[in-house]
Amino acid sequence: MSLEASIGVQVGTLDLRAELTVADGELLALLGPNGAGKSTALRALAGLRPIHQGHIRVDGAVLDDPTTNTFVPPEQRPIGVVFQDYLLFEHMTVLENVAFGLRARTTPKADARRCAHEWLERVGLASMAQDRPRALSGGQAQRVALARALATDPRVLLLDEPLAALDAGTRAAVRRDLRQHLASFAGMRLLVTHDPVDAYALADRVAVLEGGRIVQSGTLAEVTAHPRSRYVADLVGVNLVSGSVEGGVLHTERGAAVVIADAPNGPAFAVIRPHSLTLTRETPAGASSRNVWEGIITDIDRLGERARVGIEGLLPLTAEITLAALDALALRPGDEVHVAAKATDIEVYPA
Amino acid sequence: MIDERRGGRPPVPVPVFVLAAVATAFFALPLAGLLWRAPWSKAWQYLTADDALTALRLSLVCSLWATAISFVLGVPLAWVLARVDFPGRGVVRALCTLSMVIPPVVGGVALFFALGRRGIVGQYLDQWFGIRLPFTTAGVVVAQTFVAMPFLIITVEAALRQMDRRVEDAARTLGASSWYTFRRVTLPAIRPALIAGGVLAWARALGEFGATITFAGNFPGTTQTLPLAVYLGLETNPEEAIVLSLVLIAISFAVLVGLRDRWFGTGNRAELLA
Repeated sequence: MSLEASIGVQVGTLDLRAELTVADGELLALLGPNGAGKSTALRALAGLRPIHQGHIRVDGAVLDDPTTNTFVPPEQRPIGVVFQDYLLFEHMTVLENVAFGLRARTTPKADARRCAHEWLERVGLASMAQDRPRALSGGQAQRVALARALATDPRVLLLDEPLAALDAGTRAAVRRDLRQHLASFAGMRLLVTHDPVDAYALADRVAVLEGGRIVQSGTLAEVTAHPRSRYVADLVGVNLVSGSVEGGVLHTERGAAVVIADAPNGPAFAVIRPHSLTLTRETPAGASSRNVWEGIITDIDRLGERARVGIEGLLPLTAEITLAALDALALRPGDEVHVAAKATDIEVYPA
Repeated sequence: MIDERRGGRPPVPVPVFVLAAVATAFFALPLAGLLWRAPWSKAWQYLTADDALTALRLSLVCSLWATAISFVLGVPLAWVLARVDFPGRGVVRALCTLSMVIPPVVGGVALFFALGRRGIVGQYLDQWFGIRLPFTTAGVVVAQTFVAMPFLIITVEAALRQMDRRVEDAARTLGASSWYTFRRVTLPAIRPALIAGGVLAWARALGEFGATITFAGNFPGTTQTLPLAVYLGLETNPEEAIVLSLVLIAISFAVLVGLRDRWFGTGNRAELLA
């Protein structure tokens, strides 16, 4: 019992080709930057955008498959959606919103209202049943949207950036609530988000979507331990170098060389942690560091006791040093620096 | 004035204020003229005269029918124009709103050749069903609908184009068919536009003259609506014409004032101004 999708959609400049599977009871986060194709994938799953290639199956039933000309319209899919701005029906009461799906499926009015009321109780909003959506706070609106989507008893629940519409002050509390409510839904859940904190707090597994491709998937710990894209590396705050290993040296496309401890030959990623880098103005003499690169400082961010220094060169890097070191070296954007790293501090894994 | 400036609101530029005042006077003066010449002492007598009441009743009945037909046919047409991308959509839209801009008399003549006893469709209506539209009350309704419906169409189409279609997506994912979504989500979402468009169409139907007199004639009791009675009255009894004119104006003015909040209201009703 699972959701299996191979989504091929071309919209404008986006060429989306993503394989997704969600097991029963699992919550997969589709994580990626804006424009990666996350929302397009969600719309394809919901049936709001037909796919051009591939297939979408839920529990073995084909919902979309262009090769056999199969397309199940959204209203017949066992899929509920919580949209980004919740999209509650403004002209209906909160109760009518939650009852809408049942009424649309010709459930008698009294039954639909009773069921909707139960859902509102479950999300703690029974007292607001007769209010209009505009009277709700962002977090309350999200709970109504969730109750509305779940009231029709879907097999799959899709959530499109469910926390993006909230202000920072309430996001943490709403995220905690959402986590609790999502836990009570036993079906397959897919969360679209650009915020790794959402993925971390809510998801069992993460698939990273970048430029229309799934570049990495696994548990969040797996994904962040061995980033395979700039996006994930930036999220984690490490330097990611991709290239090809030959005889203990990783060569990048731009021609930089990274001496590494030991790794088999072939395409590989190297992770260089910013705090493992040291900066000097002169060429370091007699240091144990086997890697020294030259570069020019582009920007300096002071963060508490430490500073992150952006360096542009053959090998673009971000270094993290203490403020004391920064002041001692009197570094400024535009300065030339030497960046040193021990080979043993660099983690390498096959691409 | 000082308070407004302190409130940070810029003062109204003098030329804008003057021109706006001229525009207001331009609309107010003709009304003042009618009020000035109105035979107030005999007004009640003219109003309660049989022929005036008949014309008033006919005007109300016909214009409401025309509005109802405009809703039944015009809203689906507006939906198709707003939502279905088909070749020649621009031409269809122009065709269906043409009667707003052509002289109503021309519209009446055209209706005659279409639905008259020798018209391309009218001859069969007559032969097969015995239906004759010209010079009947039904003909008045047809003429009024012809000129009034475009006002509803363009208002509703604009609202449909500007509504957030993702709300309809949400309804679909909740299991609503497209027809259920249309009735329960789309129509309520554009309710202000439906009201505004309906009022515009009704007001246009109420004031219809040219197409009505051409297509339906001027028969008291069957086709003589209030505007036609006013026109006739100017020849025979100008005082009565003025009273009837004021009745027409009073009805329309009352409706416009009564609906002004829905029309120019706040929030998501801004789409009506498009």
